[in-house]
Amino acid sequence: MKKIFVPLLIVTTAMFAYAPVMIANAPYESTMGLVQKIFYFHVPSWFAMFTAVFLCGIESAIFLFRKKPSADRLAVAAGEVAVLFGLMGLVTGPLWGRKSWGIWWPWDARVTMALLVELTFVGYLLVRKFAGPGSDKLAAAMAIFGMFNVPFVYMSVNIWRTIHPKTSVVPTLPGGMPGPFWFCVAAFLSLCALLITARLHLENQRAALDALYLDEE
Amino acid sequence: MFTRIALLVLRKDVAIEFRSFEILSTTLFFAVSCVLVFAFALVRDGEVVADAAAGILWIAIAFAGTLALGRTFERERYAETVRALLLAPAPRAAIYVGKLLGIVLLLAAAEVILVPLVALLFSAALFARPLLLAALLTGGTVGFAGVGTLFAAMLVRSRTRDIMLPILLYPITVPVIIAGVRGTAALLAVPSDDSVAVMWISLLAAFDVVFITLALWTFEPLMTE
Repeated sequence: MKKIFVPLLIVTTAMFAYAPVMIANAPYESTMGLVQKIFYFHVPSWFAMFTAVFLCGIESAIFLFRKKPSADRLAVAAGEVAVLFGLMGLVTGPLWGRKSWGIWWPWDARVTMALLVELTFVGYLLVRKFAGPGSDKLAAAMAIFGMFNVPFVYMSVNIWRTIHPKTSVVPTLPGGMPGPFWFCVAAFLSLCALLITARLHLENQRAALDALYLDEE
Repeated sequence: MFTRIALLVLRKDVAIEFRSFEILSTTLFFAVSCVLVFAFALVRDGEVVADAAAGILWIAIAFAGTLALGRTFERERYAETVRALLLAPAPRAAIYVGKLLGIVLLLAAAEVILVPLVALLFSAALFARPLLLAALLTGGTVGFAGVGTLFAAMLVRSRTRDIMLPILLYPITVPVIIAGVRGTAALLAVPSDDSVAVMWISLLAAFDVVFITLALWTFEPLMTE
């Protein structure tokens, strides 16, 4: 883990340093103008969040069924990072919505469900912290259920009519926009990997410390 | 073997409940107070806000269900019944199914009184489509109780279970509440929108299948010491 941390750090820093340049050079969207540029950070933060959510869910399942403590440590790291990126999406979303729809919070299906997935994983962190002995298993169940809830999130989007841009907006981006967009997605995914690596390292050190204490006794 | 154990667990819960009616009476009282509190918020000048009846009904079911789940498993802690159940040479999944059936029966009994009450107080035509309403209530109750039974069972040994149960339960079961509320609202619309209700019922059915399978799958590793 330590080995990939430094290269990841360099790549991520370079990408985030260059991202504003690419976004500034991207063409203006015809009706929304400047405010549409939030899109380059808003959508990638959700990409990063869902990557972390699925990592957390899968690792939790491995922990629960194979009883591997290392999977649990990766799950905590991914869970915290998921909440962080979700928060980023929930902050950038209303900023954009206020300008283009005139309201901060449109209560449409996708926005509500994004909030719900975020809440599930805030719940995951609360359970980890406050549920007392055995909280790692409780949290793992929460993460697995949260992961399986995501398709229901997606289904409800298609059922309800919504003012949120449809998922089909990404493949049909006008010229000049896909470049910066996918660059930002890559930057966010690399940031996500970087944060998870750092957090996992901390968790590993904690486990090593606990093992040392137990050896002393 | 599996069904017999599940039914034995169910029989134990029903027998205890029949002696005192403790959970049913308290849960029902709580649900009715819930309906009244929401009535003060949502009835203006004698007129009910649109779709309020559907919302109130499902909020009352969810809140009362949480209370019932907490109480049912609190009972299991007396005299270490949980340990006895887990030590019994029985498949863990059968114990889960037995507890689930007990909770569903309890909530169904509460709904039998709650639904006519809501229909009466808010002059909602809940019985215009009895079969569809029954399907919605069954799908919703089974989904809510399916997730709730698992979470309440794993929280039995936790110190902070009173606060942890809603934290775990509500974010996961919100699809159930949405489907229940929107489906019931579709039935209450004039004329009632049956195709929308059927669509929400099928979503509930999918939710029930996925989450009960998950619960059966995770109950065993979760309930080991």
